Amino acid sequence: MFQLKEKLLSSFIAFEDQKDIDSYVHGIRTKAIKNFEKEGFPTKKLENWKYTSLKKTLNQDYKLFPTATEALEFKDIKDFLIDDIESYKIIFVDGKYCSHLSETTHEGMDICILSSALSQSKYDLLIENYFDKISKKDGITSLNTAFSSEGSYIHIPKNVQVDKPIQVVYFSTGKNESVLHQPRNLIVVDENSQVEIIERHQSLSENRILVNSVSEIYCNQRSIVQHYKIQDDNRNASLIDNTFVSQQRNSDYTLHTFSFGGELTRNNLSIFQNGERIESTIKGITIIGENQHVDHNTLIHHKKPNCNSYQDYKGIFGENSVGVFNGQVLVEKEAQKTNAFQANNNVLISDKATINTKPQLEIFADDVKCSHGCTVGQLDKNALFYLRSRGIPEKEATALLMYGFANKVLSSVNIPEVKTRVNNIIADKLGVKIGFDI
Amino acid sequence: MSKYTEDDLKKELETKKYEYGFYTDIESDTLPMGLSEEIIVAISKKKEEPDWMTEWRLDAFKKWQKMSEPNWANVNYEKPDLQKISYYSAPSNKPKYNSLDEVDPELLETFKKLGISVDEQKKLAGVAVDVVIDSVSVATSFKETLSEKGIIFCSMNEAIKTHPELVKKYIGSVVPKTDNYYAALNSAVFSDGSFCYIPKGVKCPMELSTYFRINEAGTGQFERTLVIADKGSYVSYLEGCSAPSRDENQLHAAVVELIAMDDAEIKYSTVQNWYPGDSEGKGGVFNFVTKRGVCGDNAKISWTQVETGSAVTWKYPSCILKGKNSVGEFYSIAVTNNFQQADTGTKMIHIGENTKSTIISKGISAGKSQNSYRGLVHVGPRAKNSRNFSQCDSLLIGNECGAHTFPYIETKNKSAKIEHEATTSKIGEDQIFYCNQRGIDTEKAIAIIVNGFSKEVLNKLPMEFAVEAQKLLEISLEGSVG
Repeated sequence: MFQLKEKLLSSFIAFEDQKDIDSYVHGIRTKAIKNFEKEGFPTKKLENWKYTSLKKTLNQDYKLFPTATEALEFKDIKDFLIDDIESYKIIFVDGKYCSHLSETTHEGMDICILSSALSQSKYDLLIENYFDKISKKDGITSLNTAFSSEGSYIHIPKNVQVDKPIQVVYFSTGKNESVLHQPRNLIVVDENSQVEIIERHQSLSENRILVNSVSEIYCNQRSIVQHYKIQDDNRNASLIDNTFVSQQRNSDYTLHTFSFGGELTRNNLSIFQNGERIESTIKGITIIGENQHVDHNTLIHHKKPNCNSYQDYKGIFGENSVGVFNGQVLVEKEAQKTNAFQANNNVLISDKATINTKPQLEIFADDVKCSHGCTVGQLDKNALFYLRSRGIPEKEATALLMYGFANKVLSSVNIPEVKTRVNNIIADKLGVKIGFDI
Repeated sequence: MSKYTEDDLKKELETKKYEYGFYTDIESDTLPMGLSEEIIVAISKKKEEPDWMTEWRLDAFKKWQKMSEPNWANVNYEKPDLQKISYYSAPSNKPKYNSLDEVDPELLETFKKLGISVDEQKKLAGVAVDVVIDSVSVATSFKETLSEKGIIFCSMNEAIKTHPELVKKYIGSVVPKTDNYYAALNSAVFSDGSFCYIPKGVKCPMELSTYFRINEAGTGQFERTLVIADKGSYVSYLEGCSAPSRDENQLHAAVVELIAMDDAEIKYSTVQNWYPGDSEGKGGVFNFVTKRGVCGDNAKISWTQVETGSAVTWKYPSCILKGKNSVGEFYSIAVTNNFQQADTGTKMIHIGENTKSTIISKGISAGKSQNSYRGLVHVGPRAKNSRNFSQCDSLLIGNECGAHTFPYIETKNKSAKIEHEATTSKIGEDQIFYCNQRGIDTEKAIAIIVNGFSKEVLNKLPMEFAVEAQKLLEISLEGSVG
């Protein structure tokens, strides 16, 4: 672990040499690497990382700058895209933008890549206004900031409703080597605009992959952003996903996180409500099994009056998997009339599975309605009996009940194809061949 | 107390001040300030303790020296300088009374002011009281009635001398010396406390009670309570606390250990009303307490607490549900006003099969206070069919206070059922309007609503305590509506 830190620190100079030293971002990167040097990787001693240890994940000789790889064909990646809908696509392979697989645009909006936004002067103002403005200054985020060079760059100007969803997919071919990827996304949605984003990280090899991703999302006044994260990676891939959302007056941000794959998945999600009458909805389904670990760490920071937040996370844990949910709701003194709801329901289906959950309310305003509910339980035996008595085999009956348990989260997914895709993954995860789309 | 009427309340509300804030001028025998091996040996010597106890203390002290003060709690305060505290203060003419008549009249006066005057309680409630002032036990009543049943109820100091085998076996068995910083400190310097042993199959005929009071300035109170309920026995234990008003902060670091053997039941109720500091947040007691109980098969431990005092409270009465079918309960009301800070809650450790726990916590914050619930429900891999229900409700009065919840839930067994819910809200304007409409002024309306809010917990208190607790709630919230 120590070695990886040293390696990162020493390779920073080489990394910066290839970049423009006079640029605005250079200052940010230099500051970030210093911060990383100071903070280091998080350990279990930190309250926020109490239940998740990175020790095993970091104890790898990751390659930081993967070498060029063989070109991928569309057929190689088809399965990992939502391919039956029209969409913009920003596809990265081993950290490099892959133009022949992507579909980007500059017409009326910018759906492109961060490296070009950083290098072209017409984007300077935006970068200066938005880049690294809301991301936390903890070790892991600083590390990403220090090495931030590539990722998606999405800017939707005023009054635009984006005609089709945007898919951002990061592939890792990682031939013969373990790789550390650090993608960086910047998404700015201006007044009255609307956009749907689907994000995915996918490893195509058997090697160990660690992704440390940071996304900054700015929802300006009255904007509507729907964000989907599909996490169904190989078992040897780990993901640390840091997402920071800044919302302005009357904006509406919705995030669905579907965590099924990967060895270790850590979702750090922070939403800052900077105006009045904001809606924030975050939901998640987690279904994991052998040797898997999923940790949801969410923060909703209510700063202004009359805002709502809604959280609903469901988890099903099998084999020796470990689930963590740490949901923090912070209501500042000024944020009167806040309405915050949080639910976390878990089912353990194996004796070796563990769930650690810590819903956390911190409230400094008096005229608020905040509640959280959290349960750990089993499937209803009577319901199971009902199904079995009608001739449904045990496996299918269990699957149906589990699907019913998780379905509440899916009901708010607005893209039917995404819903179908997630349904198929769930059916696959539960080992049954029934279409849930009835 | 039991004849408490609305008029009394009105009178009390007018006086507004902390009513237990008097200081009794009793000559006391105080050790020099500071903490060192010599002081510990001196305390032990003063108590005429056997060697094993002195060694036990010194061992704890050595371990304590290696520990550092915890700061994870959601409270802010100036750390007390532990070298500026006197670790022993006893009323000097240490009484060895047989009856109350022999007690220093001034002490009796103190008890009267506390409203738990020993003889009154004796008559009215039939409660056996052990009064601890500045950490020395001064009076234990009803001893004879209890000893007929074989119940041992005496001061810790006495128990060390008369029942060393019991003390030796159980002290530190639930809260080890090294458990935490303040528990270690307590183990090294504790000056007295209560000891209680209920023999097999005996149902204690009356409520046992201890009253703690810090009297002397610049002293810390470190008492140690050990309650042992042998197989199939039952005991209900009450604990009350108060302190005079002082500008500087006083420290109270107690350790309470409960042992409920197979089929036994312990009910432990606390009304904590240490001096909370004045309305500017000056003074008050730091209340850093470690309370824990362990349950055998089919045993039950029930904690009920009403926390209205102390400038800073840091307290987590816990249950280790080790035996099969054991039950743990935690009922709490924590009220904070002005600059008070409370970080309190419980830990329910499910180890045995079919263990059940219930947590009901009501937090009420007013003024500029901060009130946190911090709890842990842990279900181990062997705790089949264990069940937990937790409910944490917070009530905010005014917009300068805060309410926080930090529940931790760790489950390693698939057959466990855990439910947790928490809500935070304020007193509804319509509720107050409804009361106003019926001629109840806002102040009183709030008292009624708060009482209703905390009813589930108040109901769990023994009768005499419930009345006092209700009264305390009203007084501590006095002046919280502008």
